[in-house]
Amino acid sequence: MRIWLEKQRHLIDFTLASLARRKTKNIGLLLAYTLLVFVLASLTLFTQALRTEATFVLAGSPEVILQRMVAGRHDLIPPGYLDKIGRIRGVQKKEGRLWGYYYDPVLNANYTFMARPADEVADGHIMVGNALARERGLALHNTVSFRSYSGKLFTFEVSGVLSPDSELLSADLVLLSENDFRSFFEYPAGHYTDIALSVANPQEVRTVATKLSSALPDSRPILREEVLRTYQSVFDWREGIILTVLAGAILAFAILAWEKASGLSAEEKREIGILKAIGWETGDVIRMKTWEGLLISLTAFLLGFIAAYVHVFHFGAAVFEPVLKGWSVLYPKFTLVPAVEGLQIATLFFFTVFPYTAAVLVPIWRAAITDPDAVMR
Amino acid sequence: MRPSSVALGVLAVLAGVCLLIFGLFFRLTVEDEQKLTASRALVEKLGLTDLALFTEARYTRHPTQADLHSALQDHPGAFDHFPSGSLLPPPAILTQPHAHLAGKTTSPD
Repeated sequence: MRIWLEKQRHLIDFTLASLARRKTKNIGLLLAYTLLVFVLASLTLFTQALRTEATFVLAGSPEVILQRMVAGRHDLIPPGYLDKIGRIRGVQKKEGRLWGYYYDPVLNANYTFMARPADEVADGHIMVGNALARERGLALHNTVSFRSYSGKLFTFEVSGVLSPDSELLSADLVLLSENDFRSFFEYPAGHYTDIALSVANPQEVRTVATKLSSALPDSRPILREEVLRTYQSVFDWREGIILTVLAGAILAFAILAWEKASGLSAEEKREIGILKAIGWETGDVIRMKTWEGLLISLTAFLLGFIAAYVHVFHFGAAVFEPVLKGWSVLYPKFTLVPAVEGLQIATLFFFTVFPYTAAVLVPIWRAAITDPDAVMR
Repeated sequence: MRPSSVALGVLAVLAGVCLLIFGLFFRLTVEDEQKLTASRALVEKLGLTDLALFTEARYTRHPTQADLHSALQDHPGAFDHFPSGSLLPPPAILTQPHAHLAGKTTSPD
């Protein structure tokens, strides 16, 4: 074992000396390789973290949201609608929700207004999301006026700013009392925006939704699992779009790596010829070149991955921020909780380290089995 | 020092840092855990259904609550008004993430 290890170390020494002879070319390759891994790993880490966070927090959303549709459009829930649901077995809690959108010409942004019970937000008061407070310069006990859609001016006192940690969920939220909500939007009495249902047994959710559809044919139930699935597909889609954009760069690197790895220069061929002439075996030459491939690809992978981690979780994915995060007038500021899927990193490792190491071997094997004299000429 | 010792040392350090990163993923810090739990509690309390990423339109602010035809919701054949539409997937009907819950009649329609 000791002899074998010593032999490998000598091979690595030799490989490093050989790499150092073509310093510029190899450093260039290492940089391009690292950059590629960095870009791909940043993308993977960012979308995975966003996906994990969305799945975790949205797992707390209502089991079923019931919307009413009129002529294919979302419409208000009329009085008496809630009572019809009461008869469906399995529904533990049902609650009419009041929420809507308000366009604020001051910021040129849409806010989401949501009614809360009086014990949470008193009449004449509002609680706002942190991004909204930041952009409008609001602080606790400030007053703010909104002109309602009917043209009347309403003034509210800010009684709370939601935690900056929840900005990803609450950036544009304005929480106000039910009375204020109804008078601000001139909402008809007894009407709701939609209904949130709580189902005690998760296995019954689908059955409840099916019963709701047949009991209330003008309704559209939205299940929590659909909400989660939508977000999975949103982030898969965005990751896919960026991968498509990057496809050109990935192919360019594949060509570069293949060219470097498979096309042996005359100098490299002569080197192999000399090695064989002084007594190296074919196996030794192949082992040396395997080390060369491994040293370059492993270093590039590890450096790229670490750089991507620091980039995504410590610098907020600053380089790809506009593409990865998208934009909006009221965009939330958020730092993601680190999350990674081993399989994704293993896939990245497999598709970056293995092809290069394998591509190095084929031409070397071909050169190494030929006559040293012929190779050196 | 032999070049191989330096190279293997550097690789070992890099691999160690990577393992440390993996270790961190499996053990969230107290701060991160509190942040996630607080966000989930807010979702449960307010009954939130969506992330507040794009606020410009109904179908970008609440993609899960928007009409099934998303971008085409204003009228059939309407253009997608906002660039963030390109960051969202195509209409749900094409990818079928929604369950078919519409009632089925017992007798033929």
